[in-house]
Amino acid sequence: MTENSINIVLVAALVLAALWTVMTARTLRSAIGLAITSAILAIIMFRLASPLAAVFELSVCAGLIPVIFISTIGLTARVEEESMAAKQREKLRKYAALLVLVLVVAGVLVTMHLPNDFAAPQGPVPTESPQVVMWDLRHVDLIGQIGVLAAGAFGVVILVKVSKRA
Amino acid sequence: MPKEAIELFSLFGVGALLVMLVGFYSLLTTRSLIRVMISVELLSKSVMLLLIAAGRAVNRTALAQAMAITLINIEVAVVVVAVGIILCIYRHHKTVDTAVVQEIKG
Repeated sequence: MTENSINIVLVAALVLAALWTVMTARTLRSAIGLAITSAILAIIMFRLASPLAAVFELSVCAGLIPVIFISTIGLTARVEEESMAAKQREKLRKYAALLVLVLVVAGVLVTMHLPNDFAAPQGPVPTESPQVVMWDLRHVDLIGQIGVLAAGAFGVVILVKVSKRA
Repeated sequence: MPKEAIELFSLFGVGALLVMLVGFYSLLTTRSLIRVMISVELLSKSVMLLLIAAGRAVNRTALAQAMAITLINIEVAVVVVAVGIILCIYRHHKTVDTAVVQEIKG
């Protein structure tokens, strides 16, 4: 199997996993579908020479975030089994248009050539590592990221406190 | 840009656009707040794929990885806060239907 064939299979698997994520009737399966999509994306990232981002994707997006979603689903009411079959039928009817749309758009995008002549950087490409970019070139970003994560953590603490008082 | 890099970017660009289409469709049709967040996650996956593929095409993978890690960090914070809000809505209204959110005032 050539490199290009493997890439095509991975992209097809990614789109199919995304479709399954939105089309399945059970929200729990939807969260699992999201984890599978993230895992396939992590494999693609490894193949695109981005191992550090792939490790983050695999551990955080395919591990932590689905767990958060599954915990939320567990804390909310579950749908009765009898209504599940009807829900699945309704979902299939609602998303039949999406299947057709995806096939049509995929056909159009493959046949017409996307504009891909954007300017490549001129001159020698710097051979920096992600660590150098993160710590030396984009350290202001890091402060912002710490701020975002702290805001998220404090937000959850405040929400939990408010709900306990209520 | 080398032909191989253009082909690679075109392939993953098509994949990213299709995942984005799936995410947008689900975002517009679903009525569950949890599924809305899952759709937003799918949109961020497509953006991440575009970032990494563009970085590989122009041979700046280190910069693309730094951007992707930033995106993942922001994604986690957004999901955690959104899930907290969804749980609060569920505790008050006993449902995670988007119709309830439209009725909230103040």
